[in-house]
Amino acid sequence: MLATLPYWGVSLIRILGGIVAVLLPAGSIVYIFLFKMMSFMQSRLGPMEAGPYGSMQLFAEVGKWLQKEDLAPDGADKRLFKMAPLIVLASTFLLVAVVPFGPDAWFTNFEAGVFYALAVSSVSVLGILMAGWSSANKYSLMGGLRAAGQLIAYELPMVLAVIGVVIQAGTMNLQQIVVKQNNDKIFGLHFLGNPYILTQFVGFIVFMIAVQAELTQTPFDMPIAESELVSGYMTEYSGFRFLIFFIGEFATAGVFALIASALFLGGWGVPFSWFGWHNIGDVANWMNVVGPLIMFVKMMIVVFLIMWVRFSFPRFREDQLQRFAWKVLIPIALANIMLTAILKVAF
Amino acid sequence: MSQLLRSYLTVAMFGAIGVLLAALLLAISALVRPNRPNADKSKVYESGVDPIGDGWSQSQIRYYVFALLFVIFDVETVFIFPWATQLERYAGFGLLEMGIFVFVLLLGLVYAWRKGVLRWV
Repeated sequence: MLATLPYWGVSLIRILGGIVAVLLPAGSIVYIFLFKMMSFMQSRLGPMEAGPYGSMQLFAEVGKWLQKEDLAPDGADKRLFKMAPLIVLASTFLLVAVVPFGPDAWFTNFEAGVFYALAVSSVSVLGILMAGWSSANKYSLMGGLRAAGQLIAYELPMVLAVIGVVIQAGTMNLQQIVVKQNNDKIFGLHFLGNPYILTQFVGFIVFMIAVQAELTQTPFDMPIAESELVSGYMTEYSGFRFLIFFIGEFATAGVFALIASALFLGGWGVPFSWFGWHNIGDVANWMNVVGPLIMFVKMMIVVFLIMWVRFSFPRFREDQLQRFAWKVLIPIALANIMLTAILKVAF
Repeated sequence: MSQLLRSYLTVAMFGAIGVLLAALLLAISALVRPNRPNADKSKVYESGVDPIGDGWSQSQIRYYVFALLFVIFDVETVFIFPWATQLERYAGFGLLEMGIFVFVLLLGLVYAWRKGVLRWV
């Protein structure tokens, strides 16, 4: 269907799809996990007034935030201060551009897609550092520096964990990684495909820990530690600019979960042997509709894990956090690369 | 236009739409939000007391060493990716080469470790 459209039509569909792929996960994550699951874990009901079971609470919140005054402190570097949230949100959009949702339902089909994703995921550090620096506030500065130190420390284990997947798939194209997972066999068994969570379990664990840290979710929330830094780099933000940071945080959680499911959980596909497909050309057209739904379900499962950890664990101290990245995760990830390479060559 | 350039065009559009969406929402917000500035509101927040000194105060340098270490390691890991995609072709030879490479990488980490750079002081 897409092939018959002119280029601008395809681009329009892609942009609309991109907006949905960023905002829909963010909204569902905030309502289902942050409002409801967190409440149930703490033996309370959560929002109940707006709409059935409080499901309209999000719209009420956005309406409220729209009416808040937009403040910037006197000493702040005003231009950087106002630009920072936009950069954080834009980096989320750049990141989602690489996720494949179906055989034809992709935004970009880079040969080096994994590379692109890892490169773009560190753009948000710039926004956070800008926010922390431009606020002219001591809390913000500390938070911004901590965020930068943490994000670069956990970038490395994440990159190294993904190399295991690249070795197994023999390609950096996310679409082909998904196809490979659904087309391979594991110990000669065909019915499950070969989702890399089974053969790259160590890599998956390292990747998920690094993602938790990249998202600054709770065991790793030193940058916004509310008991010592008020709200870290977001201290001086109010009104809608604060909400943009908030949307960006949960949208990025959704996009990282999408990337994790494309890399480790088989992405949009079902095991190809179920329908007798052998390569991406055989995949039926209805997968373009079912694929995004499968991705959404997998995304929710991965985010559930992230949020479960977030609500259960106490915070790491700053020195523990750095030590854990450099002295535990990086050596494990390097060992995982060598083991994967040896097994790949041996078999 | 080639497929690759078109992909980058899509990326540019996605970046633009991220900024535009936020700008649009901020513009809507500008229509309905109040704007009554006063001196107390625009003071820097410091737990309710008047701020002391400048916001851009000096802070510890320890982040700098970690950042340097990160740059070194990140550039080295970038070299592993092309090898990883072609491992099937290189087989045992590639394995040996990368074993040496990763060993040198680990040596660097152990050196930094023994020098006490990884300690948070």
